[in-house]
Formats: sequence, C-alpha cells, structure tokens
Amino acid sequence: MDGVALLTITVLAVFVGFEVVSKVSSTLHTPLMSGANAIHGIILVGAIIVAGQAADGWTLALALVAVVLATANLVGGFVVTDRMLEMFRGRPSTGSGTRRSLSSSKRARGTVAPASTDPKESGR
Amino acid sequence: MTILSPTWTAILYLVAAVCFILALKGLSSPKTARRGNLIGAAGALVAVITVFLSTKLDNIPWILAAIAVGAAIAAPVARRVQMTQMPQLVALFNGVGGGAAALVALLELPHTDDPWVRLAIVFTLLVGAISFSGSLVTFAKLQELMTTRPVVFAGLPVLMGLALLAAIVASGFIIATGAGWLAVVLLVLGLVTGVLLVLPVGGADVPIVISLLNAFTGLAVAASGLVLGNVLLVVAGTLVGASGTILTRAMASAMGRSVSGILFGAFRGGSTAGSTDVSDRPVRSSSAEDVAVLLGYAQRVIIVPGYGLAVAQGQHTVAELQAALEARGTEVVFAIHPVAGRMPGHMNVLLAEANVPYESLKEMSEVNGEFKQADVALVVGANDVVNPAAKSTPGSPIYGMPILEVEDARQVVFLKRSMRPGFAGIENELLYEPQTTLLFGDAKDSLAKVLTAVKAL
Repeated sequence: MDGVALLTITVLAVFVGFEVVSKVSSTLHTPLMSGANAIHGIILVGAIIVAGQAADGWTLALALVAVVLATANLVGGFVVTDRMLEMFRGRPSTGSGTRRSLSSSKRARGTVAPASTDPKESGR
Repeated sequence: MTILSPTWTAILYLVAAVCFILALKGLSSPKTARRGNLIGAAGALVAVITVFLSTKLDNIPWILAAIAVGAAIAAPVARRVQMTQMPQLVALFNGVGGGAAALVALLELPHTDDPWVRLAIVFTLLVGAISFSGSLVTFAKLQELMTTRPVVFAGLPVLMGLALLAAIVASGFIIATGAGWLAVVLLVLGLVTGVLLVLPVGGADVPIVISLLNAFTGLAVAASGLVLGNVLLVVAGTLVGASGTILTRAMASAMGRSVSGILFGAFRGGSTAGSTDVSDRPVRSSSAEDVAVLLGYAQRVIIVPGYGLAVAQGQHTVAELQAALEARGTEVVFAIHPVAGRMPGHMNVLLAEANVPYESLKEMSEVNGEFKQADVALVVGANDVVNPAAKSTPGSPIYGMPILEVEDARQVVFLKRSMRPGFAGIENELLYEPQTTLLFGDAKDSLAKVLTAVKAL
C-alpha cells in the first residue's frame, strides 16, 4: 500500500477515534481506558509476523518475547475489561432479594429535578 | 500458510478494524459496554487467525507456544485481581503492549533501507519504550511498591532534557545509517525517559498518566503498522491513540488540571506537594450512634465515596448501609466525583461490584443541584473533591477543580481516618463548619458501626 493511502487511513482513523469517545460519561472512563488498552494488544499481529520471519535464534527469541507480551496485553486487557463491565448491571426486573424490590419502589418517586449546575462553571 | 488471497486478507482486517470501532462505541454507554468489549475481542480473534492464514510464517509451533504462555499468564491474573487493584493491572498490560511494539520495531530495522520506514521505527522504539518503563513506574506507585508522592530531585529536568536530546540525535543517526546498536541505545534512552517522566507525578494524578501512556502505546502500535505495512495495526493503533488523547484530556479537565501541569508541575514546585501538618482547631466529632440517628431519620441522604473508601475496601459495607437506609424509607444516592477512587470511573466499578445499581450513582453535574435538598451528605474517605477551597481560594493548589458541593447539604458527616489533609495537602474549611460532624476511624470500620447502629434504630 502506498504512503498516501496509509496517510489517508491514518487521518480518518484519528477522526473516528476522536468521534467515538467524545461523549462518554465519566462513569465509563475506566472501562473505556481498559478496553482501548486491550485493542492496542493487536500489536500481537505484528509480533507474529516478525517471529514468523525470524532468520536467526536471537531474533526469534526476542520476537517470541514480543508475542508473549502482546498476548498478555490483548487477552488480559479484554478479560479485565469484561470483568469490570460484568458488574455494571442495571436494576434487575425480578428482584429476588428484599433490597432490590424495596429500593426500586423508592426510586419511582425519588427521581429528582435535573441538575442545573454545570461543573465547569461552578468550579471557577 | 498463505491460504487467503491479499484481497480476503484486507477484507478480514477491515472486519477486525470495524469491530474495534464498534467496541469503542459500545464502551461509551453502560448498556452496550459489555457487548462492545466482546465485539472487540472477536475482532482481535479474527485478526490473529487472518495473520496465520495469510502470511508465510516459519516457527509456527514456537509462536503458538508463546501465545499460550502469554494467555496462560494474563487470563488468570485478570480473572482473579481484586477490583481495587485493577488500575495497576491495566497499567501493567498497557506497558507490556508498549514493550511488544518496541521489540517489533527493533527487529524490523535490519529489513529496511527506506528512511521513512526507519523514521516510523525510531518513533515506535522510543514511544513504546517510554510507555513500557513509564507504565511499570505507575504500576509500582499504585501497588505502593514505591512512594506515591512526587519524586523530584535537583537534576531531574536536566537529565530528562539530556535523555531526550540524546534520543533525538540517536534517532537521526539511525534514520541515516540504520545502525542496530544505536537502536538498542535508543531503546535504553526511551526506558530512562519513561521513568523520568512518571517519577515526578503524584499518586492522585497517576491515573491520568496511565491514560496518556495508553495513548502513547496506541501511537507506537500505529507506527509499527506503518513499518510492517499492516493497515489493521495502523487503524487500531490510531484509534487508541486518538481516543486515548481525548480520554486523557477529559480526565484531566475533570480534575481541573492540564496534562502538562500534571507531567511537569512538580518541576515548578508545589503543584501536588502540600503540607501534611495536622491542625489543632476544634472540630465536632461524634459517635457512630449519633451518625446513625442523623442518617436514619433523614429524608434524603447523599453519600460521597472517595479514595479512602476504596483503600479500606468498604464498598460492600456502604452498599449494605444504603440498603438498610432505604428499607427505612430514606432515599439514598451516591454522588460520584469524576476522579473518585483511584481512577476516573473506578468508584463506579467498585460500587457496581458491591451490587449498587448504577441508577443510584449520580454524576457530579447531575447531583450538585441536589445537595440543597439533602438532609445529610455523608462523605466517606473523600476530602479534596468536596473542599470548597477549590471555589473560594484562588491560591489553593486545587483551585478550579470542580467539586461536589456538599456544603449545601443541611448536615455534613465526614468519615475520616484522621485530621490529616487530603492528597493535595490543603485544609478543608468545611470540617470546621457548624453543620459538620466527624466520625474518626477506618472507613470500613466506621461504616460497619454506623450500619449496626442504623439497624438497631
């Protein structure tokens, strides 16, 4: 692929990257960081290519280290993100415990007026 | 094996790239986040299978063994890690990714004479190495293997300047000559720079640095894609680089800090280092039973959880307290400051783990207007994020940081370990106000005592 085509793709990817996360709530900052972290573990593809084309023992050894590190990044990243997100459950509709049903009936009347305070303004 | 034609390879890489975009998109909303992450994992699987089927590869048994080793190490750690320790694990995974990118670039150097490709190689080497060593230092800070306070010594800015200068010179020579030994020198310089970059950053700012290094690794991966001529690496790396940059800025602005202020503030002195003096001004401290009465007969309670709650692992106890109060008819919500916990959003994860439904977690902008109607604001292990000095004292290190306006509540109860100031090292005037009550002790112990007392009401 020629340079200009790669440059085009890179620039478009920058804009997509900016766009997809521009409106994320701070609630999800940590999982998003962790998820993005997992995605760059795809360097595994590069590590596999380098290891598969290694001509001598040293190169192969270093490339295999890269494969191990990249796999740890990729697999660990997705697993830890999944564990985090597993905990972001909404209120289950069938509350088996007393706590659930009690709190949901409470919430119905408890929803409060929308916030009027912008954090940026009030901070200054 | 080269079963797949270049066209099919390109199409499958495109599929993987779209999966990554959908993953990031999905992660922007709690409802779709988990599915988004799974789509990302599926995309990664497609990409890895594609590379095996489309490229002429030797050493396949070795490669598969290395993948097995990496997965066997990472998956159990990721499964078992305590949720409170998760930020440092993310830092560690980020670091090894950067290290892998640097190694890939190092090994590709002998295969090219193109100066543009060499430019991409030196970039990957340097940035990957910075990300690797920087992430290890953030890991050490969060794991408390070393001090969490900023580490600054006299020659640090000079040393850092020299390391960067040497790195630029070495890069120039590598681009001109392609000398392999210089690439190793550059790698070492990158590692040194990474350590020097993170050392002066204080504990509370470390999460922002993790996010920044995450973006760095993304850029290194994108550059390695240019080196290998692999479009998927370019797209995935750029996505992470761009989204990581935005995320870093969002986190920093939530703390009222600038990214450069965080990285270089300690050089100028006084940004995160405050006093740790203990004041002897009178405060009203109280017993768990009194606090239980305040809470138990309140209509509306807003709980403000902070770093201290995370450290004391009190998230389950605070969830039980919420349940006990709601059973009595008291309305309880949690007010989450964007940087509560050890990482932005970390507190949400901890409370979600304790089965607090995310509907009761209110963000700062949403909840700040509600403090006026709250009978009690219960501040558990938080200090700086509720310090009115951020609004009223222009000279204060936290001036300008958005805070939770707990001072508007009728009663404020602080669960604190001691009168020591918070991380920023500034006194909180709110502690001395007449509507404030303090209950000293470990957050989890105090919560347990209050919980028992509430149940006994």
